[in-house]
Amino acid sequence: MHIMEGFLPASHALFWGAASAPFVVYGARRIITLVREKPETKMLMAASGAYVFVLSALKIPSVTGSCSHPTGTGLAASLFGPTVTTVLGTIVLLFQALLLAHGGLTTLGANVFSMAIVGPFVAYGLFHGLQKVGASAALAIFFAAALGGLATYCVTALQLAAAFPDPATGVAGAAVKFLAVFAPTQVPLAISEGLLTVVVFNLLQRYSRGELSALNIISGKA
Amino acid sequence: MLKRNLLMLAGVVGLAILPLVIHHGGNAEFAGADGEAEALIGEIRPDYKPWAAPLWEPPSGEIESLLFALQAAIGAGLVGFYFGRRTAPARAADKS
Repeated sequence: MHIMEGFLPASHALFWGAASAPFVVYGARRIITLVREKPETKMLMAASGAYVFVLSALKIPSVTGSCSHPTGTGLAASLFGPTVTTVLGTIVLLFQALLLAHGGLTTLGANVFSMAIVGPFVAYGLFHGLQKVGASAALAIFFAAALGGLATYCVTALQLAAAFPDPATGVAGAAVKFLAVFAPTQVPLAISEGLLTVVVFNLLQRYSRGELSALNIISGKA
Repeated sequence: MLKRNLLMLAGVVGLAILPLVIHHGGNAEFAGADGEAEALIGEIRPDYKPWAAPLWEPPSGEIESLLFALQAAIGAGLVGFYFGRRTAPARAADKS
């Protein structure tokens, strides 16, 4: 989902940067408040950020014969909310842009928007929404992680289509083409990410009840 | 719970191996989807020139994989540290 350095026209790069910046600022403030009010959740927050680090470093083969990586943002988004995850995801994207030439500084705003904003918001909405309609927490986090990751890739496809409309078929035609590159590759990876996130969540439910109830993820006392 | 977790982990491993089996002997390149999108940009707008270049690029594929491995290792190390801290008291309490 990384749009490479220089691969968005300057006006698009500026637009996505301006769209993403408020989320990063708000998320940073949320983290400061959270650390002050619930210091016991600090280490879990670091671990959730680390989970993004691991998953977004793994380029995994897919049935389409190409490789891509999961985003890993679903866990942090479900536990800490979407904007906290925006900050965690931005750190990962900066690391990759500066050290790996993967993504870039001019495209950072667009990449933050897909991976660290839309993906986490979709994940957060699904995690809480599905539980409200009666799904178990494990099932909810499966769909949160899987579809959050998939949403990220769909946003990337749309961002590229908006910047590079097809000469014959326009933005919609380009969107179909870019979605065809990302979406089929990403579906099996999304399932993998969902399964892995359920495993981590199961472990948290067993070993981190105190933190989960401080975050109102599970009810009852530790 | 342990059994179900192990089954799900097996599913993750299976999903990563399956493509290699399906395309065994075929001509799948397993290139990055990001690169394929870049190629598609070249098709749609052959005249497009990227207007910025990365400040620094890993000088070789080896160094790139070193940094990717480092990224995963930092993450995995922290996650492992976290669960180590959390499981140790639980185990100790089980024993007493």
